[in-house]
Amino acid sequence: MSYHSFLLEPISCHAWNKDRTQIALCPNNHEVHIYKKDGNNWNKIHVLKEHNGQVTGIDWAPESNRIVTCGTDRNAYVWTLKGDVWKPTLVILRINRAARCVKWSPKENKFAVGSGSRLISVCYFEQDNDWWVCKHIKKPIRSTILCLDWHPNNVLLAAGSCDFKCRIFSAYIKEVEEKPAPTPWGSKMPFGEVMFESTGTAGWVHGVCFSDSGNRVAWASHDSTVAVAEGGKTAVCTSLTSETLPLLCVTFITENSLVAAGHDCYPVLFVYDSNKAALSFGGKLDIPKQSAQKGMSARERFQNLDKKATTDTKEAVLESVHKNSISQISILNGGKAQCAKFCTTGMDGGMTIWDVKTLESAMKDLKIV
Amino acid sequence: MSKNTVSDRFRKVDVDEYDENKFVDEEDGGENQLGPDEAEVDSLIRSGNLMGALQAVLKNPPINTKNQNVKERAEGLVLKVLSSFKTSDIEKAVQSLDKTGVDLLMKYIYRGFEKPSDNSSAILLQWHEKALSAGGVGSIVRVLTARKTV
Repeated sequence: MSYHSFLLEPISCHAWNKDRTQIALCPNNHEVHIYKKDGNNWNKIHVLKEHNGQVTGIDWAPESNRIVTCGTDRNAYVWTLKGDVWKPTLVILRINRAARCVKWSPKENKFAVGSGSRLISVCYFEQDNDWWVCKHIKKPIRSTILCLDWHPNNVLLAAGSCDFKCRIFSAYIKEVEEKPAPTPWGSKMPFGEVMFESTGTAGWVHGVCFSDSGNRVAWASHDSTVAVAEGGKTAVCTSLTSETLPLLCVTFITENSLVAAGHDCYPVLFVYDSNKAALSFGGKLDIPKQSAQKGMSARERFQNLDKKATTDTKEAVLESVHKNSISQISILNGGKAQCAKFCTTGMDGGMTIWDVKTLESAMKDLKIV
Repeated sequence: MSKNTVSDRFRKVDVDEYDENKFVDEEDGGENQLGPDEAEVDSLIRSGNLMGALQAVLKNPPINTKNQNVKERAEGLVLKVLSSFKTSDIEKAVQSLDKTGVDLLMKYIYRGFEKPSDNSSAILLQWHEKALSAGGVGSIVRVLTARKTV
């Protein structure tokens, strides 16, 4: 587990390149900085300046090596590397509110942008006009889209929204692909069709993730719950209320295990048992530093009692690696099926790389099925 | 410069009411929810079965109804049950509740904080401490994010 502090400001969003040697991140302003790993150091090699508002989403396509960014200036740019410089191409999203999140599709021929205009813009490249064109998914979204994730079949898109629902839409674009095969979520998939809509969640859906096979979708919401739905004739939904602060991001690391992180500043493991359709808490994934317990003098005890009305000797210092909320989690190695390493960035401006094998051996009782 | 800027009544207009895309909560049929059974709870308190009274008063919460009287009656009843517990018994009572019960108890506790009377805040704070150790901060987050509450 290695922690690197990039900045003092929050990291709004980040994305890795294909071989995980470069990371693109937004340091809470209008720019995107690309850092390259050099031994143990990170050197800033590029600064992408084109947005007029904070960059809220970055995604780096591994195969085609293109970066898509979206921001609060209602625009998205697709960046391609020409020689040693990243050149932007504007994408007209036709939205009148800020863009919130962006994701390349698995085949990298389309990307989807979630925005505050209560719609999702699905953009694809039109060869004839040499131009990125977008189509809108509007119904039945009733509030901002906070997070997106693509299904491995390149057609289905899961979206978490501020209207307390997680939905799976079809983003089938007939100009760039053929009709998709039937999936557990349904067989007819015209553009904009709602394949699944969650019920019962009471908070904004902050993070959503498809499993590696695409048969399961998990989402984390602001009422401190995590839920998993499994596709089928009738989708089976299970949720778990947690005792912690709300989680902001969630990802599958195997078909049955999820890692989520949020305002509590440490990642947690959840295990899904499909036979019992039950989601359970797997454990905290943070190795706390053992701080030396020093004895308290009588004077200190009295001071504590006077100031804080408690004789507790615990200091008010976070023991976790991240010192502020974790806002994004990304898989580095192994994909969503057998993740070996994942990375978290947060509001403390730091980035931590977590090694699954090390965690498994360090925490007893931790089983990643 | 020559506009009349004396009147500031326009600042009090609720703009959201005129938004045609305004988010309206889904209507759930809440007409039949009457809140916990008053007679049953009273008899349980009188007979000294406080654990039973707690379970009974947490049944049938008036979550979906828009009738404020029902909600107030339920809150008053819950407060009566909570005040009749001895301090040392509170912890056991909270342990006997399941997760949804603890969440519901938290909702009632916060509702009770809104309208304090004589000794109610002190009693509610004791209950709050025990419910917090059972439900964690997650239960408080659920009180804050619930759109339909008691």
